[in-house]
Amino acid sequence: MSEISHEPLLKEFSDAHWDEAACAVIVPEGKARAVAEWLLEQGVDYCSNVTGVDYLESEVKEKINNEAGEEETVTRTEPGRIDVVYHLYSMRDQTGPLVIKQRTSRENAQVESLTPLWRSCELQEREVFDLFGVDFKGHPDQRRILMWDEFEGHPMRKDFVEPFDYEWEPTPHDEILEKHKKGKVIV
Amino acid sequence: MVEGSADLEMTTQNISPGMDLDDKTRAELERAGVIVTRVDFLYNWSRSNSVWPLTFGLACCAIEMIASATSRFDMSRFGSEVFRPTPRQADLMIVSGTVTKKMAPQVVRIYNQMPEPKWIIAMGACAISGGPFKQGYNVLKGIDRYLPVDVYLPGCPPRPEAVLQSLNYLQNKINDQDIKADPAFTKGRRQYPVPEFTGTDLEPPYNPEVWSPPENPNGEPVVPPKKTAA
Repeated sequence: MSEISHEPLLKEFSDAHWDEAACAVIVPEGKARAVAEWLLEQGVDYCSNVTGVDYLESEVKEKINNEAGEEETVTRTEPGRIDVVYHLYSMRDQTGPLVIKQRTSRENAQVESLTPLWRSCELQEREVFDLFGVDFKGHPDQRRILMWDEFEGHPMRKDFVEPFDYEWEPTPHDEILEKHKKGKVIV
Repeated sequence: MVEGSADLEMTTQNISPGMDLDDKTRAELERAGVIVTRVDFLYNWSRSNSVWPLTFGLACCAIEMIASATSRFDMSRFGSEVFRPTPRQADLMIVSGTVTKKMAPQVVRIYNQMPEPKWIIAMGACAISGGPFKQGYNVLKGIDRYLPVDVYLPGCPPRPEAVLQSLNYLQNKINDQDIKADPAFTKGRRQYPVPEFTGTDLEPPYNPEVWSPPENPNGEPVVPPKKTAA
């Protein structure tokens, strides 16, 4: 199975760009449905996987050339974000995968749902909604799928705090041992 | 050894302390074609050799449970091959696999629907204690927090031989039941409160009637659970 080339996609949508490190096309905000419709016309008819990736705010060091032409290391703050990743295949041409990503902020996570185009996205987008708290605009049935409806928070987010229910154990180790040393057990 | 012990071994085991006949007399009677027994013994003997488990699997342990019912391991040798698809007809619940917090209320509800007498085998590390997921946010730390477990079957997952042995342990336990005093016969149908979902956990986190947290022998300071940020 050969890969789907991303070049035609970049030619069609000039504001989309190719992320070499991730081997993925970063879709511009608000254009995901248009990109997906165009891909569907090109015969990319199967979405195999939808997942989310959470990036916390981080400090990135990079080398730039300053005005004097000297190399300089600067530190800049990379804002946190959530990527929603789609792995696409073409059953018609027996090609794939093509990876596209929708980017959104962590605070107001909202992307466009591709479920109306690829039905196989439905449950997986619900899972991303459940575990990452990403709101999928246009999803026909968006509700929690793995956790119960009353659950608060989104467990796969990196800043999720698990419920405090540690109990005394006869043989604690690792994290639990640390909590025991601090006396942080319920009983 | 008493006189005629070889004959005694052939007879049914005398497990009743209050019985008037001694083993020797009983053996002689059996030789004459008279069987003397107790209601307890007969009742338990027939119960233990016809344990009907519930068709009910939660995770990978269920595969081993199924394998123990197939011809290679053949659970029917011990009279327990009739897996019933409804709790109303089953008397053994094999909790085979990880009990997630989302599934726990349903497991308790199914147990409540089973008629007495009923027994539970907690199969696998997850059903016993939560196993590798014990410190996770979504897995119950053992089904014994809500239900009275009769046999704990460790393993990850346990081999079918272990399933059969746990069944044998359960049969021994059934044989020792006193039908006048055992809660299975005196309390009516035992039903336990079904836990409810809250924002972070199940409420209540355990049923104090069947389980209480282990005591901390080090006397470490008690820190009340703080409100968790979502």
